[in-house]
This record gives sequence, structure tokens and C-alpha cells, in this order.
Amino acid sequence: MNSKKRRKITSEILVNGGLLVLCLLWTLPTLGLLVSSLRPPRAVNTTGWWTALRPTEEAGNPRFTIDNYRQVLLGRDMTFVTAEGETVLASGDDLSTALLNSIAVTLPSTIIPILIAACAAYAFAWMKFKGRGFFFVVVVALLVVPLQIALIPILRDYTRLNLTGTFLAVWLAHTGFGLPLATYLLYNYISTLPREILESAFLDGASHFTMFTRLILPLSVPALASFAIFQFLWVWNDLLVALVFIGSRPEVMVLTQRLQEMVGSRGQDWHLLTAGAFVTMLLPMIVFFSLQRYFVRGLLAGSVKG
Amino acid sequence: MELIQESKPTAGVLHWFTTGVGRLLVSLLVPVLTFVVMWQVFIFLREGDAPKLITVAVAIVWGVGGVALLYVLSNWVVDQLPGQLQAQLRPYVFVGPALVILGWYLLLPTVRTLYASFFDARTANFVGLDNYIFAFTDPKMLESFRNNLMWLIIGTFFAVAFGLVIAILADRSRFETIAKSLIFMPMAISFVGAGVIWRFIYAYKPPGVEQIGLFNAVLTTFGLEPQAWLTLRPWNNLFLILILIWLQTGYAMVLLSAALKGVPQELLEAGRIDGANEVQIFFSILIPYIQGTIVTVATTIIILTLKIFDIIFVMTNGNFGTEVMASMQYKQMFRFTHFGRGGAVAIVLLIAVIPVMWYNLRQFGERRAF
Repeated sequence: MNSKKRRKITSEILVNGGLLVLCLLWTLPTLGLLVSSLRPPRAVNTTGWWTALRPTEEAGNPRFTIDNYRQVLLGRDMTFVTAEGETVLASGDDLSTALLNSIAVTLPSTIIPILIAACAAYAFAWMKFKGRGFFFVVVVALLVVPLQIALIPILRDYTRLNLTGTFLAVWLAHTGFGLPLATYLLYNYISTLPREILESAFLDGASHFTMFTRLILPLSVPALASFAIFQFLWVWNDLLVALVFIGSRPEVMVLTQRLQEMVGSRGQDWHLLTAGAFVTMLLPMIVFFSLQRYFVRGLLAGSVKG
Repeated sequence: MELIQESKPTAGVLHWFTTGVGRLLVSLLVPVLTFVVMWQVFIFLREGDAPKLITVAVAIVWGVGGVALLYVLSNWVVDQLPGQLQAQLRPYVFVGPALVILGWYLLLPTVRTLYASFFDARTANFVGLDNYIFAFTDPKMLESFRNNLMWLIIGTFFAVAFGLVIAILADRSRFETIAKSLIFMPMAISFVGAGVIWRFIYAYKPPGVEQIGLFNAVLTTFGLEPQAWLTLRPWNNLFLILILIWLQTGYAMVLLSAALKGVPQELLEAGRIDGANEVQIFFSILIPYIQGTIVTVATTIIILTLKIFDIIFVMTNGNFGTEVMASMQYKQMFRFTHFGRGGAVAIVLLIAVIPVMWYNLRQFGERRAF
């Protein structure tokens, strides 16, 4: 009995110890970023972030600061002392415009495909029309198409329509690329709603439109939410679609583009890069942690797009 | 129903509206008017220099509202038609927008890209298979195939393996929720953000100076020379793949963890009573039982590795022998503006994805979650 108990304790230590090591390894990169973004420029660029709490010989220099964020978000110019001891005036990188642009791109790019996909899924599941089976096969088949295929043709259309660099262009692109998966997943959900509810509503004289807005949408909230979180993260974190369809107009560039640009132009200014990266991560992190349950459900249902 | 009622008062006031011609006119006029108004707002948004916050707010309302309006309007137009036609056209009110967008953004582009892949840079002259010969003989392309294969094998294997190990450990731990949240968190981070995080980890300072990158700090602690990890051929590919593993393990863990919870306890008990040890149980009961999920996870990550782009673009831009198919395609299109070659590479990418996706969908069809 005693040896059995001991074995149980050993295995518990092994399990939790192993898990702890893995969790540390997985958290360390993000932690390093967060700590660095809060340290003064000189410290970030000369000492490792893990030494942030080590007693420093320089008195009067604060250990932590939010200046980096002020500089990245408000574009405020900052003077700081470099590793070589020179005082430098650095112009800020105004990410606040990019932050607003990211919101302007992401919200409609999340809602529009869901709305369109839900309508289509309803039609596929509960309406009879010519070509229903054929169209559905086409939707599923389009799941395989990598969005790279569409870049050149769509860009050509956009140039002709003078749409490049507009929010509308990006919304529509994200809608198109997200639609096969959204339709497929929502169809899987909507087609399993109990037939009796729909039939009784129909007998009461409800039109398809009323049924859709009053019955189907409210009943599908779990599925809609799961896909919404997923699409939100995907669009917010996207770089390729933004690069191609937004282009290099600074007024409309989104966060990922600006951050990528900063990597190129300020590759060694780690105090700015870390703060900038954290700014881009903040909103998805909040969404992720507050709605994790839905996100997991969405993943289990197959919400993964390459 | 409601919509029809709403239009009734108008009909009562003006008898003319209920006659065939009037109805037709109105049902044509309303969409046209709406379209004109929407277009004006679009022009305002594109050209206008209103404060950013207002532009953004108007744009969001305009975009989302516009799509909703599209459905309401087209449904209303169908309501104006004779009964027989109504029933026939109604489904297309629902499914039409999706089909139009899918056709424009995915179906036609596939055909157009295929077409362009047989033509020269500007799609002017037919060149036969030249672009495909380029795709399969150019040294940079061959390098990208080799690298994609590395991504596919190493990235997928370790993401799935770590995901499985963590899922099993978490399943037996009291700290399951928090541990899973931490491992899962990188999934919310963009490839660009992850790029910055890992560039910082790989940061290089010449020997003798204090290292600020985690990897080099560890090396120098043991008295070794610091390395410029991202230019270290051919190992730099592995350091890029590490980022993918870090990002995707959480995904593998979530799916595998859910599958593990579905393994019946009796099955495990029966195995233990028969005298199997934990390792035997793992390989002969657990693995076969969750095989389907492992295939789903693996194929999903394989597709991701085939299309991998952002990480390369941010970290090395394809230099130092790290080119992959998607980065080659991007370069051909936007740096060399060779639409023929870019198209050919995109088609190769499509052909590489098809069998994996087909397998993935087949597995998924059997699971039917939600």
C-alpha cells in the first residue's frame, strides 16, 4: 500500500513537473517581449530582459517605463541614450492610425462573411432550389484553393475598379477567402437544427426571411460566435492579404504591415519593436482569453484555415 | 411577412403602386437609389479627409449595414414579384451573394491563374510550359521545395508530438486549465508578432558584449561563441520552423486533448488488468483510438506549412537559403511582376494542397463536431 502511494506521488511530481517545464518554455518568449517593452531603451538594447530585476549601478534611471508605448502609439519623439552613450532624438512610430485601420478592416471582415455564409448555409440546409447539390459541392471544393491563387486576378480587377487601398477591397477579399469554410461549418450546424421548430414556424406563416432572422440566427449563436472569434483572429493577424490589397498607402496600412515595416527599418531598436509587437497582440489576446471557450469549440468543429 | 405589411400603407395611399408597372418601377428604383447612396458614401470614405475615428466608424457601419441592406432589399424586390416566381427566386436571395463572391474570389481566379501560368510576365504571349519548367528547375525553386518539405515533416511532427505529450500530461494534472491556456496562448499571436518575439530570442551581439538574445545568452553562459542563428545555413530553417511549432502546438493539444477525453475508461482499465504498462497502453490503446484526430491535426498543420509565408517574410525574406513556395510566389508576382511564373508557382501550391485537403475533409466528415 505504502509503495503504491509513493508511486502515485512520484508520478504526480513527474506529470506536474514536466507540465511546468513545458509551460515555462512556451510562456518565456512572450514574457520576454512584455518585460522588454516596459524597459528603458538603453537597458533593452544592452542587457538581457531576464536581468530586469537585477540591481543596476545607474541610479536615477527607472527600471520600468511606459515611454516605449507612448512613442509607438502617439508617435511622440523621444530622446534616449544609446548603447554607445550618445543622446539621440528618435522620431516616434505612430501606430495609432494603424490600430484604427486594423479595427476598420477586421470588424466588417468578420461580420460580413458570417452574414453571407449563414444565409447561404440556411438556403443549402432548408430550401429547395435548382443546383443545390452542385453548388454545395463547389463550395466544399473551394476549401482547397490557397488564397495565393487569387492574388493576381483580384488585384487586376481592383486596379481596374480603382479599389486598391480601400477598406472595401480588403473586406471583400477576406470575405471571399473565408466564405467556403464559414459556409461549410455553419451548414454543419444549421442543418442539424430540429426540423419541428422550423416546420411549425413555417405553418404559422413565417416567411423564409423572418425564419432566418428570428429563428435561425438566434439559434446559431454558438456556431456564429465560434467562427467569429476565429475569423477575427485570422483577419487581425493577416499580413499577406493586407500587403497585396492595401499596398503601401500609410493612411490605410494595418498593424501587421506597420510592424513588419518596423522590423525592416528599426530592426535593432528592440524597445520600440517589442512595444509595437505588444500593441498588435493586445486586442487578440483580450478576445482570446475572454472567449477561449468559443474558440476551442470552433477549433474542434474544424475552424482552421491556412 | 412583416415586409409585405410594411409596404401595404403605401399601396393604400396610391393605388397606382399596386398595379404591375408601378410595382416593377418601384422595385427597380429602390435598389438603384440605395446603390447610388451607398456609392456616394464609398467615395466620401475613399476621398474624404474626415477625422480618422469618424471615417473608421462610418466605414464599419456602411460596410456591415450595406451587406444587411443587400439582403433586405433583394428580399423585398422578390416580394414584389408574382407568387410563382417568388418561390423560385427566394433561395437565390439567400445563396446568391455567397455564390457571386465565391465565383469572383476563388473559382474564376483559379481558372485565370491557370491561364496566366501558360503566358509570359505580362500575360501577353503564350509560352507553353516554360513557367512550369522554371518552377521545377530553378535552383531557388528547388531550394523552396526542399525547405517546404522540411517545414512539413519537422514542423508537423513536433507540433503534433508536443501537443500529444502536453495533452496527456494536462489530462492527469490538477492544473489542466491554466497549463492548457498558457500553451494555447501563442495561437492568438500573429506570425508577424511571433516573428518579432523570436527575432528577439535569436538576437546576436558580437562576442564580448552582453547578449540580449536568450539563445546566445545561454550559449555564452556555457562559454561558447554566440551565433547569428538566422543566417546559419542550413540550420536557420530549423530555427524558423521552431516558431511554427511554438504557435501550432496549442492547436494540436486542444484537439488531441478532446479526443483523449473520449477514450473510454473501461478500455484503459481492461488493458491494465491484462498487465500492460503505461507505455504499452499508450501505443496499443490510446494512439489507435485517437488516430482519426491525429490525422486531422497533422493534415491541417501540413496545409499550413505548405502555405507558410509570413514567418519567412518577416524573419529572413527568403534570404540565406530559407525560401519557401509561398515566398517565391510572392516575389515572382510583386518584385519581378512575372505573373506567369507567379501563377505557375501558385498552381503548384494548389496541386500540393489538394490531396492533403481531400484527406483532411474525409476525416472531418466522419467526426462532425459542434
